[in-house]
Amino acid sequence: MEIKHELLKRCVLFTVEGRIDSSTAPDLQQKMNGIIDQGNFKVVVDLRGVDFISSAGLWVLVNAQKKCKRFNRGEVVLSGVSQRVHDALNLAGFIPYFNIHDDTAKAVGSF
Amino acid sequence: MRSIAFPGKFSSLDDIRDFYTEAAKEADLDKKSIYDVQLAVDEAASNIIDHAYEGEGKGEIECSYQVSPGKLEVVMRDQGKAFNPKTVKRPNLKANLNNRKQGGLGLHFMRSLMDSVEFTFSEKGGNVLRMVKTNKEPEKRSEQRTERQE
Repeated sequence: MEIKHELLKRCVLFTVEGRIDSSTAPDLQQKMNGIIDQGNFKVVVDLRGVDFISSAGLWVLVNAQKKCKRFNRGEVVLSGVSQRVHDALNLAGFIPYFNIHDDTAKAVGSF
Repeated sequence: MRSIAFPGKFSSLDDIRDFYTEAAKEADLDKKSIYDVQLAVDEAASNIIDHAYEGEGKGEIECSYQVSPGKLEVVMRDQGKAFNPKTVKRPNLKANLNNRKQGGLGLHFMRSLMDSVEFTFSEKGGNVLRMVKTNKEPEKRSEQRTERQE
């Protein structure tokens, strides 16, 4: 799994690639927390390159959402969600917790 | 039937998913079913490490399977603490974001993705998990198979 982040004008954009499972999820959680804790509560996560996500990975996204929503207008928005990732989010009952955009530019523009 | 014992570590998850991906292909499962198997065995192995062994590097996960056309039976054994699925609380899928508590999702995934999920435990054999996945159109596929044999 590879994680990149970019600090944009109105939000921070994370781009994740590869497989997010119990082995890699702690790394994602640590990296996201590090950036969020610096005061970046408006977050876009581009999941286009994610070909596998387990419940451990889904919890990282939900925990980040809980963290960001504590702050005024803070939010985690998802983009590039494949059918597989969408199915997993749906199975977990996590769909209502997120705004999901097909396009990363639109997700960034939502802030 | 093939059988491999993987170290009970999260770094084994890639190999465990790959092992059962090959098995699912051998069983001629469709693409969606193969992905369901990958996710179910990942959740199962993660649960074994977290709950039966209560941590990484405490024991092995013995993975085996049986295939017949359009059907895969997954068997995973461990020598950890007895696992009783009845003690796992069902997740509240409709809770508000702030009330969602971590836990129980792995078992929920396994039950939702596979056709059957069964746990047994014995002092000698440890935990044995059996999960079955069948193609949604097994009859059509077996007919094609019969034709080819003729």
